[in-house]
Amino acid sequence: MSDAGTPRKSTERPIAFTTVSDLPIERLYTEEDLGPDWSESEKLGTPGEFPYTRGIHPTMYRGRLWTMRQFAGFGSAEDTNARFHYLLEHGQTGLSTAFDLPTLMGRDSDDALSRGEVGREGVAVDTLADMEILFGGIPLDRVSTSMTINAPAAVIFCMYLAVAEKQNVPLAQLEGTLQNDILKEYIAQKEWIYPPRPSMRIITDLMAFCSREVPKWNTISISGYHIREAGSTAVQELAFTLADGIAYVEAGLKAGLSVDDFAPRLSYFFNSHNDFFEEIAKMRAARRIWAHVMRDRFGAKNPRSQTMRFHTQTAGCSLTAQQPLNNVARVTVQALAAVLGGTQSLHTDSFDEALALPTESAVTVALRTQQILAEESGVTNTIDPLGGSYFVEALTDKIERDALAYIERIDEMGGMIAAIERGFPQKEIADASYHYQRQVDRGDKTIVGVNKYTFDGERRTETLKIGDDVERAQLARLAEVKARRDEAKLRRDLAALAQAASTDQNLIPFMLACVRNYGTVQELSQALVPVFGTYREVSVL
Amino acid sequence: MTRAGEGHVSEERKLRLLVGKVGLDGHDRGAKIIARALRDAGFEVIYTGLHQTPEMVVATAIQEDVDAVSLSILSGAHNYLFPRVIELLREKGAQDIAVFGGGIVPDEDIESLKQAGVKEIFTPGATTESVIAWVRANIHPRPLD
Repeated sequence: MSDAGTPRKSTERPIAFTTVSDLPIERLYTEEDLGPDWSESEKLGTPGEFPYTRGIHPTMYRGRLWTMRQFAGFGSAEDTNARFHYLLEHGQTGLSTAFDLPTLMGRDSDDALSRGEVGREGVAVDTLADMEILFGGIPLDRVSTSMTINAPAAVIFCMYLAVAEKQNVPLAQLEGTLQNDILKEYIAQKEWIYPPRPSMRIITDLMAFCSREVPKWNTISISGYHIREAGSTAVQELAFTLADGIAYVEAGLKAGLSVDDFAPRLSYFFNSHNDFFEEIAKMRAARRIWAHVMRDRFGAKNPRSQTMRFHTQTAGCSLTAQQPLNNVARVTVQALAAVLGGTQSLHTDSFDEALALPTESAVTVALRTQQILAEESGVTNTIDPLGGSYFVEALTDKIERDALAYIERIDEMGGMIAAIERGFPQKEIADASYHYQRQVDRGDKTIVGVNKYTFDGERRTETLKIGDDVERAQLARLAEVKARRDEAKLRRDLAALAQAASTDQNLIPFMLACVRNYGTVQELSQALVPVFGTYREVSVL
Repeated sequence: MTRAGEGHVSEERKLRLLVGKVGLDGHDRGAKIIARALRDAGFEVIYTGLHQTPEMVVATAIQEDVDAVSLSILSGAHNYLFPRVIELLREKGAQDIAVFGGGIVPDEDIESLKQAGVKEIFTPGATTESVIAWVRANIHPRPLD
């Protein structure tokens, strides 16, 4: 057992040196790891210029800090409206809306499947009446709004447009982001209505409508976040998200749009997990791949089509219910990675989110974490401070290569929609998440407070409670709206929407007519089902 | 796989478990990992897939003659959905099918859910081994009809 004969300096701890996604990491990186052909001008360039590896702006955070955009939504439209006003009064310029699960699934609050879920994880919206309250007193010409909604995104967006009409705000002045990324729903988040192909038709209708009528609106936030939360590796997150982006561009082109008309309005959304350098390398590789894809594959000329703007959220799945204050440290490391990765906006998770929706004091610590990084740590003083590190550049190149290999496989299958239909990304993610869980269970990957440094007798953490009164009040309001609307006119509008679905007319104006007459999210969604069908997943274990 | 007592009781059979996702919640990472881990541990596992109502889960549990139902709920609707499944099992005379589960569930809710008849709740960070060990110790084959 003695290692007296072995010089101390050459011994290593008997563990695998790998990233959280299991990429092997060497003891030391040197110039040799970059390979003989590595060229700074080709691989890195200058910030604000192709291929944007070091950042999309020439001044980055010296010009403008990232937007601190905390996602919020709970209870009734009144509750969330009050929170919006509070945030705006305290200097926030953008809103980010979380909807409840029934709304995300295109179900009304009075549907049998909605029982127990109304207003629980976000705000409940059934009709324009709820949106009028949600955005009551908020000047939509001056506030940008992000809405996290996918399957019924077009319906909710039409309600937002109808609120703007009532405020006499021209649609061309509206600014904001619709998540509207249906492909990652089939892959990861699992909140869908129709099968992929008709869903893509609604998205291209929306892109076409916005390029004419709402030109400042970000039409899709192509999201890797949920893919990672479902258990993917960093490379899978990057590859599947970019493959989704490629599918949206192809759909736009197929619908007759020109690439530079809609691509500048596409943005991205990534996860920032525990492995610091892996995340930074992933974000740098993401910008470089997208720049090449847009310029070389799709011939985009506008630099805004080639630049990947992205939002980042720290990894909810990395938070532990045990010793929850430890999560503050995790979130700090993850947020720092997002900043060094060059994010445009950031949401930091609260330490109590493995237990419940966050309390106000936990949300405050999360926001303060961003402010400390921005204003105390000094990391914003210079652009891409890790650029040129042998390790970071080698890891960026490795992640880029691995992601491109996945994208090539997906292209060979006929693109992401075909890959989803055969369950490819779903199976890859399920395998990766099971592999990781086994590593955690065996202790090969450490989770502090969970499989190492545990203790019994923890103090209880205060959590946020949402009462049942929200559901009762929402049901009462929905019944009242249904009783006072012009039913005959709504039926005609819904029939016209259904009729339009079987033609190639743009559906958005038909949806707008229905929501103006207080059609519900479920009524509009179901009107398209006879033509579009519904989606059922074949579960992959 | 061996289980205490397995060798000498000839009519004993493999445990049959239903892993269910009930409600609109699409977070199925945990449910799928648990289903796979229980299967790899030698149990017979049926996974319901997503977006099931309590009625659908209970109908499947009875039809498949399972010994226990394991529900995964991350939507905050656990205080409605767990008791509803237990209530429906009782109504159908299948109260001997045990119900346990996991998800984002605060401590104070765990106590009231146990009072409502949920056998155990696992929260984020629980290992698959701890779930398997708990199942071996606490879930037993129901007598065959």
